[in-house]
Amino acid sequence: MVAKKVNESQRTTVQRQSEREVVVTRTFDAPARLVFEAWSKPELFKKWWVPRSMGMTLRSCEMDVRIGGKYRLVFGEDAVNTMAFFGSYLEVVPNQRIVWTNEESGDAGSVTTVTFEERDGKTLLVMSELYPTKESLDAAGTGAQEASHETFEQLDELLGELSAR
Amino acid sequence: MAQYSSSHFNASFAALADATRRGVLNQLARGDASITDLADKFDMTLTGMKKHVGVLESAGLVTTEKVGRVRTCRMGPCRLEKEMEWIARYRHTWDARFEALDDVIDELKRQEKARGRKKSK
Repeated sequence: MVAKKVNESQRTTVQRQSEREVVVTRTFDAPARLVFEAWSKPELFKKWWVPRSMGMTLRSCEMDVRIGGKYRLVFGEDAVNTMAFFGSYLEVVPNQRIVWTNEESGDAGSVTTVTFEERDGKTLLVMSELYPTKESLDAAGTGAQEASHETFEQLDELLGELSAR
Repeated sequence: MAQYSSSHFNASFAALADATRRGVLNQLARGDASITDLADKFDMTLTGMKKHVGVLESAGLVTTEKVGRVRTCRMGPCRLEKEMEWIARYRHTWDARFEALDDVIDELKRQEKARGRKKSK
């Protein structure tokens, strides 16, 4: 496999900013309006939010990206076993900033803030997730890990089967 | 995370939130060093370095021992695995998403370019 060229400044950074907040940054080689477009149009958003490696199927994606607008993402293998993620947009500044709530886990959900800063035709994206408690942030990490572990195991199995042929 | 105290977890993260402290840990992973060595290496005052080492020490990431006039620092009993693991899995999710996002953005750029070419004709 050809190693993918990784520009140092383009790497994803993850930092636990405080006990309730995690911040992710990444630079994209495109002006902010395009990055914003990919985050705010459901037909584009659904193309990247659930990459194949996550092993989940996005069944529907509704987003009304304006202040007070709602979104709803439904995941699931079939119509019966589904899981929905939903919330509403608190702030929307075109090409600059989107803030939304995550309400699927009850009343005390996390709030996600994404900002887009354009510099020399590139866009620095900063995403912060602020959780109501430190336990909920720790748990958020745990869930993701278990899910991705499982996916990797499945992938390992599949690769094993393929190479054994 | 169940068997892991969250207050400890948070102290570790606070300790790791600073680039100099992460650098100090990298340095100590290669070998013990005195506060003076570390201050030189990171181009800092002794007082500044003492503060950083203090934060790392209270998170259990570093231990120090004073022999004579020299305070030697070494990796503490608390290893970083849990913290690293948390960050790694979080990063993994976002890396995968962002790679897919790169593709979507590239496509948008191509479309925009194509439209621009049409317009200028």
